Amino acid sequence: MVESTVQQSRSRDLDKLLLRPGNLVGPNFEPGPGLREDLKEYVRVLVVGAGGLGCELLKDLALSGFREIEVIDMDRIEVSNLNRQFLFRLEDVGKPKAEVAARRVMQRVAGVNIVPHFCRIEDKELDFYSNFSIIALGLDSIEARSYINSVACSFLEYDADDKPQEETVKPMVDGGTEGFQGHARVIMPGITPCFECTIWLFPPQVKFPLCTLAETPRTAAHCIEYAHLIKWDEVHSGEAFDPDDPEHMKWVYDEANKRAELFGIPGVTLSLTQGVVKNIIPAIASTNAIISAACALETLKIASGCSKTLSNYLTYNGAEGLHTKVTEFVRDKDCLVCGPGVLIELDASVTLQKFIELLEEHPKLLLSKASIAHRGKNLYMQAPPVLEEMTRSNLSKSLYDLMGKIPKDVVHATGTTNKNDKKTSVLRKLRVVFKGVDEITDMETAAGGA
Amino acid sequence: MIRLFKVKEKQKELAEANGGSPLKRQSAGELRLHKDMSELNLPKSCAISFPNGKDDLMNFEVSIKPDEGYYTGGKFLFSFEVSPIYPHDAPKVKCKTKVYHPNIDLEGNVCLNILREDWKPVLNINTIVYGLYHLFTEPNHEDPLNHDAAAVLRDNPKMFESNVRRAMTGGYVGQTLFPRCI
Ligand SMILES: [Zn+2]
Repeated sequence: MVESTVQQSRSRDLDKLLLRPGNLVGPNFEPGPGLREDLKEYVRVLVVGAGGLGCELLKDLALSGFREIEVIDMDRIEVSNLNRQFLFRLEDVGKPKAEVAARRVMQRVAGVNIVPHFCRIEDKELDFYSNFSIIALGLDSIEARSYINSVACSFLEYDADDKPQEETVKPMVDGGTEGFQGHARVIMPGITPCFECTIWLFPPQVKFPLCTLAETPRTAAHCIEYAHLIKWDEVHSGEAFDPDDPEHMKWVYDEANKRAELFGIPGVTLSLTQGVVKNIIPAIASTNAIISAACALETLKIASGCSKTLSNYLTYNGAEGLHTKVTEFVRDKDCLVCGPGVLIELDASVTLQKFIELLEEHPKLLLSKASIAHRGKNLYMQAPPVLEEMTRSNLSKSLYDLMGKIPKDVVHATGTTNKNDKKTSVLRKLRVVFKGVDEITDMETAAGGA
Repeated sequence: MIRLFKVKEKQKELAEANGGSPLKRQSAGELRLHKDMSELNLPKSCAISFPNGKDDLMNFEVSIKPDEGYYTGGKFLFSFEVSPIYPHDAPKVKCKTKVYHPNIDLEGNVCLNILREDWKPVLNINTIVYGLYHLFTEPNHEDPLNHDAAAVLRDNPKMFESNVRRAMTGGYVGQTLFPRCI
């Protein structure tokens, strides 16, 4: 009895979005209590990262009516996390973030089921990611975003007219914060720009010249980078610096301090050392809360259709007053990660040599002297000579065999093409489909052989 | 509402079609590097090698044999480590050959602007190799990483020349022993 009252009051606000029709709803919106139950029953959300944003996201999603949630994070809790990663307590220091975060939210939000994964995102196989309806990202690194983006885009398939097939679109909601600034965005691979289409949005990291660090340090950051980039190698021959090892960090801090004293430079602290070495700007709890709320709302909108989604990039700036803005970025139609590429149909008997010749004649490509790569394997390289030699023997083999007898897959080709009478080098994505290959038999063969 | 059932089934199917094994996907950095490599055009005095074989382009070595200037006849090996988000980030380059050089320290750190403060995504591996080659034909004392070598180059080029020779043929300059690289 008590249970049901609690349930009702918890979904009261959600019901205003899910039970009533509206004018600004998404295309397939079907309001009603069934929808509320479907969100619990069928929608599985993966939260990537259980740090400042991840903690907020897990709590927000659990309170927004999602029941099946999983979270992946490779980090353990540190004392310095406690000021904003509110799911963690002092006694949790040293424990995996994903596990503690999942447990705390399950304790507080009845009925929600959160499965933690304490590992690297690269450790999970493709079908782990394929299991989720939506992936929500609470990360602080470009590398990790780029990785998840490429995983989500790898599910995307296009039809013969280069239109994305709806059922292969894996939506992502990405949040990011730096101090008082942040962003929230919706990525629908094939429909809105993917992370790689707009990677230029991320400013390159500031890197000081090494000789400045070695000769003429002027700031505390110079002293820290000297200890981190130059002094470390001098003293620890061969041992790699590990930014997540507190003893390594302490060593860099101590050395930076000595250097700062030598040059009379103030301001070296342990937290600045961590910030400079890991390239992080201090996180602000309120920024995380605002950005994650925006991300959770977009997740709900994608899953339920209760409103049109953000299109497609929200920026928030709380440094001076408050400023938010939504920008509709456009896709890079030639994006190597989310773009359709050029469809090429082939007989299974075509050799790699013949394939390269076909690219030269293909009206959409006119690509000469192509080098070919397939899923990290270089099938043929025109240059440098050492690679050409190592891959030359593949030329007489059939492309179908070289690609592991998969009926269709993506390959990448670099070659030269004539643009306005000027030779330019281009890298193209190609969707290769083999004609007359029985998909079922072949799948079995591939699986059996693996 | 997105057609959640359909989505899940189709993607499950796709993952299984790939044999259920974690097929390697190429990072955006690897793809761009594939382009850099296939259009690589090195000076005759430079050679590239791939210690991990043809499918690992992200870790490679370049040897440079300057054919003019103080370092003529020497052979210097550089290791390159390329990030998955290349060209957003510059490759990490280290000199594996211990060298007496104003802009390269004894640990192999290299002071070359395009490797750090002046890196731009339009640059490529070719540009970096030419930049490194340039360091040997025109070492400069204004961006020192080896303070002593820089001071000698500035104040006494004749002595710098003989120090370089001594280092390259395997000998001491000051307290430091250099292995033969000629
Ligand atoms: Zn894209």
